[in-house]
Amino acid sequence: MKKIAIASGKGGTGKTTLSLMLSQLLSKDKKVRLLDSDVENPDCHLLLDVVEQKSREINVFKPLIDLEKCTFCGKCQEVCEFNCLLVMPKDVMYFKELCHPCRGCLLVCPEGAISEGERKVGYLHTGKINENFYFDYAIMDVGEARANPLIEELKEGIVGDEDYVIIDAPPGANCPMVEAVRDSDYTVLVTEPTPFGLYDLKIAVGVLGELGLKCGIVINRSEEDDGIIEDYAESAGLEIIAKIPFSREFASLYSKGIIEENFFPGLADDLLEFFS
Amino acid sequence: MKEVLVISGKGGTGKTSITAAVAELFDNILLADCDVDAPDLHMLLKPRIIETDIFMGGKFPIIDRDLCIKCGTCREVCGFGAISEDIVVDPLACEGCAVCSWNCPQEAITMIQKEAGRRYYSEVGPGHMVHALLKPGEENSGKLVAEVKKKANAIGEEKSYKLLITDGPPGIGCPVIASLSGVDLAVVVTEPTKSGIHDMERVLATAKHFKTPVKVVINKADLNEENTQALREGLAEKDIEVMAEVPYSRKFTEALREAKTIVEYAPESEESRAVRKIAEAIGEFAGIGLKEKG
Repeated sequence: MKKIAIASGKGGTGKTTLSLMLSQLLSKDKKVRLLDSDVENPDCHLLLDVVEQKSREINVFKPLIDLEKCTFCGKCQEVCEFNCLLVMPKDVMYFKELCHPCRGCLLVCPEGAISEGERKVGYLHTGKINENFYFDYAIMDVGEARANPLIEELKEGIVGDEDYVIIDAPPGANCPMVEAVRDSDYTVLVTEPTPFGLYDLKIAVGVLGELGLKCGIVINRSEEDDGIIEDYAESAGLEIIAKIPFSREFASLYSKGIIEENFFPGLADDLLEFFS
Repeated sequence: MKEVLVISGKGGTGKTSITAAVAELFDNILLADCDVDAPDLHMLLKPRIIETDIFMGGKFPIIDRDLCIKCGTCREVCGFGAISEDIVVDPLACEGCAVCSWNCPQEAITMIQKEAGRRYYSEVGPGHMVHALLKPGEENSGKLVAEVKKKANAIGEEKSYKLLITDGPPGIGCPVIASLSGVDLAVVVTEPTKSGIHDMERVLATAKHFKTPVKVVINKADLNEENTQALREGLAEKDIEVMAEVPYSRKFTEALREAKTIVEYAPESEESRAVRKIAEAIGEFAGIGLKEKG
């Protein structure tokens, strides 16, 4: 099994487009699982006909505080690094959006007043497009802050008999992006030939360097002159795997939710050749 | 001071291009870039840095090998599976909760803080700007966003600014929630694509959750007329104002390639007229006028 993450640094460069194209192309004769790990704003499902979908809740730990047993000693507040507990004379307030579920409060409570509780942070949807193309995504509840528990749960759905797992990563270069790409065999960074594209590409390359991961580049909205990205790729020793030409017609099809994997014939060949 | 935050949910809808162009039409405002892990606003506004602050990130456990007896307690209590059998901490899995440290029977684990990024206070054409850069792969982007906002508010008070325009991060999670704090108006930049609309709905719901008033800009409006019409109707039903519609245009990319805003690159274009409309509405909201032309 090969795990390929599609990431970018800058948002809106075409991660989802490339993830879908690649999944569609590879699933013609291999077993593919696509994971949409942009749990804050998952979009792949809008562009796919998913059949046989199953859904379930994703829950994380929350402390259940028994006020009968609690002596309001304040130890839980003291050990919480994330300031999510506030102990008052006769009550304890819990700020769920600050909680990294470390269970420190439960471990420290001398009265045994804190027990294991759960709260829902989103949904996991698993399904398939056809016999060769499996697709899962998770979606975070509005108002929740932490995407990582959802991404972790999404990745647990990898069965192991897939030939390819394609991970559509969230934009940016912080914790959710790291969680999405961290155990991939290869990461594709999608960029565009603009100063924004280049700057954010360099940041993403920096993150992957820290993680010790291999990566290559796909240039989206490629123009006659992609020198801005090509020069950097050469100096950094990174391969340019393929280019997706700028096309208003392609953008217009995308706006309707259509990704045609053979729209640019040369591109499909380049992708298949590189990843097969 | 009024704070206007530009967000989108989906990345790449044009937040930064529009924020920078709007800023260019004022001559006495404060700016902030809250996209701290992939900030781009500085490339168009070209700040001259006045002040740099080191941002200390979350805590990280350091294990004293002379004291450690490899009893495995830290590994058992870690809620993130971040400690290996031979008691080595995986920096990517560690959330810095310190549970290992205070549960260690040997007191062998000390929590330390490391530099996780930098915050800058700068001078730009339209006034001043507060921005930051998180180190690659660091966590705590929400905390750094809060630091950017804290500084921006202090500068706003000190220099009596009437308007702060903040370029926000993509998504709806932790850095966006941190960005929304104290905001008077969120400008949501969307595009008439299936994913743009879906992500806009989620960012609108997030703003509503935190009780922030919103207005919408439809970028690339002529890319799909049917979707744009659906957007207009849907937003009218929710009583959300569309501030402007900006055409789908290569001029933004051309301007960007020259590191210019659209109002510098093509001041008389339809795109610039749409940006002017947004700037006028924001100026009116904050009670200030645009700079004199020329």
